[in-house]
Amino acid sequence: MPNLVNTILVIVLALNLFALGNSRLMSVIRIVSAQGVLLGLLPLVMHGHITIAALLAAGVGIILKAIIIPSMMLRALRDADIKREVEPLIGFLPSIILGALATGFSLLFVTLPGLADEAAVSLVIPTSFATVLVGFILLTTRYKAISQVVGYLVLENGIFIFGLLLVEALPLVVEMGVLLDLFVGIFVISIIVNHINAAFSSLDTRHLVSLKE
Amino acid sequence: MAFAMILVPLLFAGFAALWPSNRWRPWVLPAGAVVYAVLAALVLVQPATNPAPEAWLALDALGRLMLLAVSTLFLFCSFYAVGYLKERASLNNRVFVSCFMAFAAVLSLVVWARHLGLLWVAIEAITLVSAPLIYFKKDKQSIEATWKYLLVGSVGIALALFGTFFLAYSRLAVAGEASLMLGELLANAASLSRPWLRAAFILLLVGYGTKIGLAPMHTWKPDAYGEAPGVVGALFAGGVTSCAFLAFLRVYQICVAAGETVFVSRLLLFMGLFSMLVAGLFMIGQRDFKRLLAYSSVEHMGILMIGLGIGGGALFGAMLHVVTNGLTKGVLFLTAGNIDRAYGSKNTENVRGALKRLPVSAGLFLAGFLAITGSPPFGPFVSEFTILTGAVQSGRWLTAGLYLLLLLLVFIGMGKTVLKVTQGEVPPDLGPGRPRERLLTLLPAIGFLALSLLLGLYIPPPLGGLLRAAARLLEHPL
Repeated sequence: MPNLVNTILVIVLALNLFALGNSRLMSVIRIVSAQGVLLGLLPLVMHGHITIAALLAAGVGIILKAIIIPSMMLRALRDADIKREVEPLIGFLPSIILGALATGFSLLFVTLPGLADEAAVSLVIPTSFATVLVGFILLTTRYKAISQVVGYLVLENGIFIFGLLLVEALPLVVEMGVLLDLFVGIFVISIIVNHINAAFSSLDTRHLVSLKE
Repeated sequence: MAFAMILVPLLFAGFAALWPSNRWRPWVLPAGAVVYAVLAALVLVQPATNPAPEAWLALDALGRLMLLAVSTLFLFCSFYAVGYLKERASLNNRVFVSCFMAFAAVLSLVVWARHLGLLWVAIEAITLVSAPLIYFKKDKQSIEATWKYLLVGSVGIALALFGTFFLAYSRLAVAGEASLMLGELLANAASLSRPWLRAAFILLLVGYGTKIGLAPMHTWKPDAYGEAPGVVGALFAGGVTSCAFLAFLRVYQICVAAGETVFVSRLLLFMGLFSMLVAGLFMIGQRDFKRLLAYSSVEHMGILMIGLGIGGGALFGAMLHVVTNGLTKGVLFLTAGNIDRAYGSKNTENVRGALKRLPVSAGLFLAGFLAITGSPPFGPFVSEFTILTGAVQSGRWLTAGLYLLLLLLVFIGMGKTVLKVTQGEVPPDLGPGRPRERLLTLLPAIGFLALSLLLGLYIPPPLGGLLRAAARLLEHPL
C-alpha cells in the first residue's frame, strides 16, 4: 500500500509547516499530536501483516501522543496562565520558509548516489529528514519551554518515521527506543515545566538567563 | 554476574528510597558502593575471555577498563557524599541518594552492553538518573541548569537514536537484514553501505558527543557542573562522560573495522582541537571556579578525541587518559565543593586566600590543578605526553603543535583563576575563624590525588595489560 503510506507522509509534511506557521500554542500542540496519531497508524498500514506486539506498540504510542502528552501540556498552559501566543525568535513567515527549504533539501538529498534504493522511491526517508529538521527549527527558534518541548516531539516524530524502515528487521529496538524517547519527553514536560512554573511564575525560557558567561 | 551488578545497586537504591531517616540514609551509599566495588573486583580478577557473538551482555577489555575506572570513582565519591549530605542536613536527600546509587546500575549496563540499542537505552537512563542530582538544591539556578541539561541532553540522545537507526540501516540497505549486535556489525563492517555509515557516525558523534560534552554541544556542562554539588560534578566529569565515551568508542570500533579510519580521524581531530580551543577561551578570565572545572572537562574530552583521531600509539594514551582524567577531576571537584561551601560562593570576587582558610582542601585543589594541566609527576602528564608522542610518531606535526599551544592556553587560563582562589588574603568580612574540614570530605580527595600521582610514577602491570588490550580493540576491532 505505498500510495496510502505516501499520502499520510505528505500530510505529515504539511503538518510540519502548519506547526511552524501557527501563532497559537494550543493549535501547535494539537497539530503535533495529530501528526503523532497519523504516524502511529503508519506501521499498521505499511506492513501487510499485523502482530500483537506491533499493535500494542502502536496503541501505546498513539495514546501517549494523542492523549497524555497534549493533555499534560494543555494543563500546564492553563495552570501557568501564560499568554497563548508562540513568541518566536524569528517571524512565522521566515520559519515557514526555513521549513520549506528543509523539506526541499531532504527531498533532493535522497537522490544522491549511493542512497538511492527501493526505500528512496517512497517518501519515508525524505519525510523523516524534513521532520527532524523542522523539529530542530522549532527547538531553536522558540522562547517558551513548552514550545521547545513541542520541537523535541516533532524531532522524535521524524526519528520514528525512519524507524519504520527498520521495524520489520529490529522490532524490539525500534519500539523500545521510540517509546523511551516519548517517556523522556513526558519526564521533561512534567518535572521541569512544573518546577520552572513554580519557581519563575513563567514558562518563558528567557527568564532562565542567570547562568551564562 | 552482569545481572548481579545491575540489580545489587538497584536494590540499594530502592532501600534508600524506603529508608525513613534523612540523617542515616546517606550511609547507604558507601555500603552499596563497597559491595559494588567487591563485585567489580571479582569480575576484574577473572581472566578476560572473548565475548560470544550472540551475547547481549559481555565484558571486553574496553568495558573492563571503564568498569575499573568508574567504579573506583564511584566508591570514593560515595564516602564524600556522606560528608557532603551531613553539611546539607536540612535538604531532603531521598531522591539524591537513590539516584546516586542507581547510577552504578546504569554504569554496569553501559560497560556490559554488546547491543547498540541496549547501549543507547543505558545512556538515556544515565540522563534520567543524573538529572535529579543536579536539581538537588532546588533553587532557581539549579532548575535552570537541570532544564538545560535535560533539553540539550535529550536532543543529543534523540540524535544518537537516529544515528543508531542509520547504522542498522547501513546493513539493511545492502544485506536485506539488520542487526545492532556489536559482534555482528564488526564482522560485517566491510560490507556496510558507506554513505549511511558515515551519516551514522556523524549523528552518533554529535549525539553521544553531547553527553561527552564536546564543543559546540557542551553548553549544558558549565551550568550543570557549576550548580550541582561538587561530588555530582566529580561523578559527571569522570563517570557520565566516560560512559558516553565508551558508547562512542563502540561506534569508532565499527568505523575502524569498516576501513573508514581516514574519514573518522579527520573529524575527531577537528572536534578535539575545537573543544580544546573553546574550553581554553572560556577559561580565560573565568571567575566561577566550578564553571572553570566544567570547561576543563570539555578540554579533556577534546584531548580524548584527539588521541582517538591520531590512532596508533596515541590510543594507549587516550585509554590511560580516561583513567587519569577521571581521578584528577575527582580531586578538583571534591575540593572545589569544600571551598564553595566554606565561602558560600564560587566566585573569585569573594573567594580568596583559600590556602590560609582551608589549607588542606586548597592545597589539594592547587595540586589537582597542576595535575590536570599535565605537570609531571602526575598521571595526566603521562597520558597527555603519550598522545603527543603518538602525534609526532605518525608525522602529524600540525596537530602536535596546535595541541601543545592549546595546552599552554588552558594552563594560563586555568592557572589565573586557581591562583586567585588559593592565594592572597582571606576577605576580612569572613572573620578570622577557620571552618572545620571533615575527614569524610578530605580523604576521598586525598585518595584520588594519590592514585593520580601513582599512575604518573608507575603503572601496575595488570592495569598496563588492560590498557594495551583496550587500545588493541580500538586499533584492530576484530
